[in-house]
Amino acid sequence: MSIQVNNLTHIYSPGLPHESVALDDVTFSAEDGEFIGIIGHTGSGKSTLVQHLNGLLKPTSGSIIVSGTDITGPGVVMREIRKKIGLVFQYPEYQLFEETVEKDVAFGPRNLGLSEEEIEERVREAIGLVGLDYEAVRERSPFDLSGGQKRRVAIAGVIAMKPEVLILDEPTAGLDPKAHRDVLEMIEKIHAHEENIIILVSHNMNDIARLADKVLVMDRGKLAMQGTPEEVFAEEERLEAIGLALPQPAQLMKMAREKGLAFEGSFLTLDAVEEALYNYLKKDQI
Amino acid sequence: MLRDITLGQYYPGESWIHRLDPRVKIIAALVYVAALFIVDNLIGFAIALAALAAVIIISKVPLSFILKGLKLIFLIIIFTVIMNLFMIKGGDVLVEIGPLSIEEKGLYTAFFMAARLILLIIGSSMLTLTTKPISLTDGIEALLSPFSKIGVPAHELAMMMTIALRFIPTLLEETDKIMKAQQARGADFESGNLISRAKSLIPILIPLFIGAFRIAHDLAMAMEARCYRGGQHRSRMNAMKLSGRDAAASVMLAVFLAAVIVIRIVL
Repeated sequence: MSIQVNNLTHIYSPGLPHESVALDDVTFSAEDGEFIGIIGHTGSGKSTLVQHLNGLLKPTSGSIIVSGTDITGPGVVMREIRKKIGLVFQYPEYQLFEETVEKDVAFGPRNLGLSEEEIEERVREAIGLVGLDYEAVRERSPFDLSGGQKRRVAIAGVIAMKPEVLILDEPTAGLDPKAHRDVLEMIEKIHAHEENIIILVSHNMNDIARLADKVLVMDRGKLAMQGTPEEVFAEEERLEAIGLALPQPAQLMKMAREKGLAFEGSFLTLDAVEEALYNYLKKDQI
Repeated sequence: MLRDITLGQYYPGESWIHRLDPRVKIIAALVYVAALFIVDNLIGFAIALAALAAVIIISKVPLSFILKGLKLIFLIIIFTVIMNLFMIKGGDVLVEIGPLSIEEKGLYTAFFMAARLILLIIGSSMLTLTTKPISLTDGIEALLSPFSKIGVPAHELAMMMTIALRFIPTLLEETDKIMKAQQARGADFESGNLISRAKSLIPILIPLFIGAFRIAHDLAMAMEARCYRGGQHRSRMNAMKLSGRDAAASVMLAVFLAAVIVIRIVL
């Protein structure tokens, strides 16, 4: 499984006075098992980009090649693409519509034309993966659940389709800190369990720095930077020019460096900071 | 797909027409529509057409943009023209095809009916194309306010229209989002027979209704939080003021109406 995006350009309302270039010549690739983070400002084209990846939007020019097939070409079977590439939208709880949680999660698998046993099996597994108790919630109305639970159900609805690529567009937007942490842990768990490609769109630099293998930085429709978190977050000035900040651990160590303490390297997680501080203090004692 | 509907859409611009007072434009549109029903001969239609052409040219709204939104309506007009052509009898027989025939009166009626409808639709869409929805409802409120003494809730009507217009794009956007989200879950809206297609709308309609209620509830709360109490004692940030431009437009409108009436009486 791999995705290759070549020179993708998308123009909204071409030829009208409110024409706008949402994506401008974006090229990147994703390999099997990779965890990709996409960061950028509101309106930088992140959401437009991910909607291209499962064929919901057609590019003005450029191509997207999924495991050797160009999904922007003619004669593509959309069902096959949606089976492979799952997309969880922003605020996915607003797409719930069924009477019970079980039926809602089953909507995707049912559209894939699976057998009833297979559907039930997948629904049970997906609800378990998002950290809900299958027996307790299956008969409940999704509208009676709490905000965080609704979001889990909606994410389960996409996971139950067992996509080889799971794209999540700001899955933690509007959640409280605990639910935020829970959803991220859940994503890590799914990634480990399904061994799929995850593409996570987020505003939160800490999450991206901690989880992603590769980071894409979007700025006004262009792919401004891409690389490992270490490479991307090393270019602090460029990030700042785009209006993005460093992850908090890196900010902390940068302040320490400005105070004259010699800390080398990039600090993307609290664990790395802890270790560095521990070593520093230990050295001091000697 | 949903974005192609231009009926009632605003075309942003800074032209002379765009900057006219909305009250003047609303009255002009009403007078124009009335004038189309006064007109009953070719010269009258020529004047009405010329007036409309002048408005379109001054407004700088591209003709292709106006026509794009009216495709469906033109289909209906073509249908009525064909019906009129064959159904209305009288005068000389012009063409005979088997049991069907086109007679002079039918041709005459069909032509005037089509001309009247096309001018009417384009004329009234010029109002919405060149006036922001918000100023349009402000204009309606101002024009209706004299009637509030006899119990017409002018402010409430205008507020309802403002809110409805304001939320059309929001709901379209919401529909678009929900459709995409369900498509991402493998929903198929395009194939299948009528019943399965109607069924496939349920995953869109339920979230859409829930969303609409949520938006309405939030809006009501936000309005109450800012002490909204209806129309009494409210002042406006942008008070409408008539200018020389509006006076000039009114004079032109009067000349147009007079011309139409004179032609009707004389010819």
